[in-house]
Formats: sequence, C-alpha cells, structure tokens
Amino acid sequence: MFVFLAGAVLALAVWNICSGSVAVAPEDVFRTLAGKEMDVTVRRIIWDLRLPRAAAAAILGGALSVSGFLLQTFFANPIASPFVLGISSGAELAVSFLMIACLGRGTAVSSLTMISGAFAGALAATGLVLLLSGRVKNMASLVICGVMMGYICSAVTDLAVTFADDADIVNLKSWSMGSFSGISWENVKVMAAVVFPALILVFFLSKPMSVYRLGEVYAETAGVNVRRFRTELILLSSLLSACVVAFAGPVSFVGIAVPHLIKRLLRSAEPAAVIPGCFLGGAAFCLLCDRIARTLFAPAEVSISSVTAVFGAPVVIAVMAGRRKGREM
Amino acid sequence: MESYLKTDHMAVGYGKMVLLREICLHVRPGEIVTLIGPNGAGKSTILKSIIGQLKLMGGRVYLGGSRAEQLTAKERARRVSVVMTDRVRPEMMTCRDVVAAGRYPYTGRLGILSGKDRAAVDEALALVQGTDLADMEFQKVSDGQKQKILLARAICQEPELMVLDEPATYLDIRHKLELLTVLKRLAGEKKMAVLMSLHELDMAQRISDYVVCTGGGEIRCWGRPEEIFTSSVIGELYGLEEGTYLPEYGCLEFPPPKGKPEVFVIGGQGKGIPVYRRLQREGIPFAAGILYDNDMDVPAARALAAEVICAEAFEPISEETYRRAEAVMDSCRQVICCLDRFGTFGEANRRLAERGREKMTGTKISL
Repeated sequence: MFVFLAGAVLALAVWNICSGSVAVAPEDVFRTLAGKEMDVTVRRIIWDLRLPRAAAAAILGGALSVSGFLLQTFFANPIASPFVLGISSGAELAVSFLMIACLGRGTAVSSLTMISGAFAGALAATGLVLLLSGRVKNMASLVICGVMMGYICSAVTDLAVTFADDADIVNLKSWSMGSFSGISWENVKVMAAVVFPALILVFFLSKPMSVYRLGEVYAETAGVNVRRFRTELILLSSLLSACVVAFAGPVSFVGIAVPHLIKRLLRSAEPAAVIPGCFLGGAAFCLLCDRIARTLFAPAEVSISSVTAVFGAPVVIAVMAGRRKGREM
Repeated sequence: MESYLKTDHMAVGYGKMVLLREICLHVRPGEIVTLIGPNGAGKSTILKSIIGQLKLMGGRVYLGGSRAEQLTAKERARRVSVVMTDRVRPEMMTCRDVVAAGRYPYTGRLGILSGKDRAAVDEALALVQGTDLADMEFQKVSDGQKQKILLARAICQEPELMVLDEPATYLDIRHKLELLTVLKRLAGEKKMAVLMSLHELDMAQRISDYVVCTGGGEIRCWGRPEEIFTSSVIGELYGLEEGTYLPEYGCLEFPPPKGKPEVFVIGGQGKGIPVYRRLQREGIPFAAGILYDNDMDVPAARALAAEVICAEAFEPISEETYRRAEAVMDSCRQVICCLDRFGTFGEANRRLAERGREKMTGTKISL
C-alpha cells in the first residue's frame, strides 16, 4: 500500500511538472533531473518553476494531512482539522499582519520569519480552541466554535488586506486565497527543514497516540504522560499547519479528507501506519489538486482551496453520514 | 502479609470540595476489597484518587511500599491497571488491539509487540474467554463483550493491583458471573490485589474478602461480608425506608401491603415465597404460617407478610401455636395452602389446611 502511495506521488509529480502552459515531455523531466544537456527554456521551466512547486505541493500537502490527523486524535473528533478549528485562519491572520508590517517598511519577509509568525498565530488560535473545548464537550459545538473563529480571523485578515498599500495587495490577495505558486528552491529547503524533522517527532508519538484512542484515563493508567503528550501533539500539529499557511496560505479540507481516505485504504487507524500513509496521501492529493488548479482555466489559476474543497467536502459529508449510521447500529 | 495498596489518611474530592476524608484502605495481594454504598457517596472518587486521576486532597497513597505520586507514569502502569466506566469508542480497533494497548508499559519506543507481549495478550484473551472476539472490531461487539475485552486489557498490563469501577453494571447475569469469576481467579492464582466498587450487593457478598461501605460523606463501616451484609447495616447505609434487604437471599423485598391480613398462606420449604411475592404484587395483605423458624420461607414472610406465625424447628408444633394460627386464619377471608405433604411434625398445618378447606366458600385466588 505504501509502495502504491509512493508510486502515486511520483507519477502525479511527473504529470504535474509536465503539464502547464508549456507542455513538457516526461523524458525532459528525467533528463533535467539527471543534469543532462537540454534546451535552456525547458530546463528553466522545469527546474525553477515547476519542480519546486511540485515539491512544495507534496511536502505541504503531506504536512497538512498529518496535522489534521494529529488534531483528530487530540480532540477525538473525526472532523477536526487545522482549517475547521480555525488554526489555519489564526496563522493566516498573523502572517498577513507580519507581511503588511514588513512590506510597509520595505523589507522582505524571510521564510523563517513567516513560519514563526504563522506558528505564533496558529498557537494562539489553538489556545483559544482549547479554552473553548474545556467548556464545550460536544463535538459539533467545538467545530462550530472553530469555524466561527476562522471567520473572525479571515474577516480581520480581509480588513488588513484592504488597508494595505496597493502594491502589497496583489501579493497578499493571491496568498490569502491559497496557492502553491511562486515557490522557490529556497522556500522548499526551509519547509523541508521544518516539516521533515517534525514528521519524525510525530512518528515517535505514534505509540502513545495508539493508546490515546482508548481515551485519556486508559492512556494515563497505561503509562502515558498525558499532559506532556498532549502538549507535544498540539505543538507539532500547529507547527505543521503553520508551515503550510506561511508558504501556501490557507488550504482547506486536506486535513480532514486525507486521513479518512487513508484509514479506509489501509483498513487500519494504527498511527504508526496512518502517519506515513497520511503524508504520502496528502502529497498525492495536493499534487492532483494543484495540477487541476493550474490547468482547469489556464492560463488563469484557480485557488487551491476551491479544488481541495470540491474533493474534500464530500468526504467529510460521507464521514458524518457514516457515523450517524454507526451510532444507530 | 504486607498490604500492597495502602491509603494513609487520604482525603478525596473534586476541585476544592473535600468529599471524604480520613480514608485508610488496605488491600493485600490476592485479596478482593469491594466498596459499596449509595450513588454519589464517593466510591468512584476514591478509586480515581487512588489511580491518580484525581489529585489527593490530603494524606498519601502507597503502592507496594512506595508513594504513588513519586512513581513515573510507566512505573505506576506496571503496578496498577484499571477498568473504569468511561465510554471507550476507539476508531477501527479490533478487540485484540484494545487488549494489546495494555502492553504499553512494556514495549519499546515505537510500541512494537514482542513475542512475549503477544503471548501475554493471547493469555489474557483466553482468561476472559474472549479469544473468539480477538479479530472483531471493538465498537461492534456487545457491552458485555466490551467489558470482557477491557478486563483482558487490564490483565495483560500485568499489574499487582487492579482497580475496577462498577465493572458489572450494564452486564447481563451471565457476563456478571463470568467477569467476577475471572477476578476471583486473578486474586487466587496470580495473587493480584483487587479493589473495586460494586452496586450488585449479592455479588459483592459472595466475592469480597472485605467490604467497605461509603455513605453520607464518610466511610460508614467496613468488615468481612458476614458482618456487613445484614439487614440493618445495609438498610441504614442505603437509607432504605421502604422495603427490606434480605441478607439470606442477598436481595431486596418490596414493602408489605398495608392493612389487616386478608389471606392466610400455609407455607414452608420455600414453597411460600412465590405466593408471598404474588400477593405483595397484587397488594393483598396476608398472614404466613405456620413456619418452622429455620424454614427458608421465613425471611421473605417476615419482609412481606402482615403477620407471621412461627414455630420452633425440630419440634412438633405446639397446640398454643396452632390456636394462634387458627385465630388469625379465621379473620382472613381466604386460605392458600402451598404444601402437599405435611409430615409427622407438620400435623398442625394439616389441621389448618383442612379447616381452611371447610371455611373456603366460593371465591379463590388463582395462583
């Protein structure tokens, strides 16, 4: 299954790189990668534009779905995800303020600053959600709180964008819609440096996560230091979703849909299997969606969230319908 | 033998409210100690404080000689395992997966099960007779089966002390019996110390080595089941105002119908009990007689009848007792005789039955 997923990621990546306003043959992609001599324009398109974009889509897609899986475990709630709980929007708000502030002073914003800003925003939003979750035990109300918070953050972001300088608006607007465009190798390096170590740490949490599915009491009495575990879980998932927001803006539904599809596919919810599965699945899902976003109305681009929502929302509906049935049984 | 679990002047409660204080519980290896008492008396609070789910409000808890708070989560997990009342809804976990979660304190960083771990899981499943369930999805099995699996999970954690909060609630009688049988075996064979709360007084009476009663904000009393399961202790503990607890049968009887006896029941050898209960249900006050005072009908008769006429066991029924019974019978409008043989000593009952037959006119209560 993992081989199949990895194969899908590769195939989609190549397909993604090949298609666009200038079509490229798959051989050219491999020749570029192998460093062979070839047409400079094609090489530049592949190497400087499409390859980093595909890499970003894969890494960020993977990060986003793993982050969603962590949150679902944390809240024991199948439709928790960074987007639904307003964590993405919190990060977005922080980043847009940061961008406006820096651009206003004419300084460029570095990737790391962006990530830190997004991380702070994500943590603030998560903190608020946690405060609320202490009050509302009900699963549905928690999600509603999250969605409402998301709207508030988005509204404030919109306001900020409106008052920003004209020159910045174009930049901000496309970013706040969510897109993988304009990503450089430099960005890819930074995101890989954040995402991969985080993923390794997440993988080491798979053992307590497995027991945590039985609930807090059984996890704690089986030897999990629940307080530490919950903190680690929330920090890592915020970091992962912050990274996505910093580079691609808010991307919806990947965090819910992919973990569910992967669990169905693997016929297991064992974290040690689902975590790598989610990463590969998220990568494949985002590559597919990005390819559609780029080419559907080419040369214009659709925002990535529009595409992920079309594929992801039905999954969420199916999950809810499935749960209702399960409860009646 | 040294107690495995000791609570030293423990005080428990939620938030800042102290619910119970000065709790000194001791459980030795191989011993089953049961907490009984009315709802809300603090049984669960005591258990949760002992397993570290609630902060102690005072005093100390010792596990195998060391203070519980000073143990790491893992050390604690190797000493104590639990079966609590929390609803468990794990996604896509087979029963075997749930049981295997009990191996957490023994597996490595990534939680991969070794051969020894797998053997422990299989052994625990076999012990609760849950081997057939192993590959079924946990969410899809019945409540009784779920409880079995959760018990197996607690067993394969290989603890010295097992803490169970109302483990038999919601189970049918078969599952109740099976569950408690397993606990008895664990205590007997593995020398496990068992501390639990039970609402099933009949079960508690049979399985416990010691019984602790909580009620009215304190530990009311404690002792061997023989000392605790008496009509007065239980009646007082639960504040029974209507009805009676019968320690002989370990069950409750409803309050007797009010009024002067309308029916006289000649009972004995346990044959009277169903008739007494039927009359109670129909709300007809009755008198019961003549019962030897060692007859198994006596406790039920005392709980349900308006009047009971007893005679000394192993002796012929005296003329005086007969006269008393006759007088009561004559005031009733009906007589029911549950006996078909009276025996040499039961001559008085035979005479009563005959008199009753003559007296009976027309209506008869069908039973």
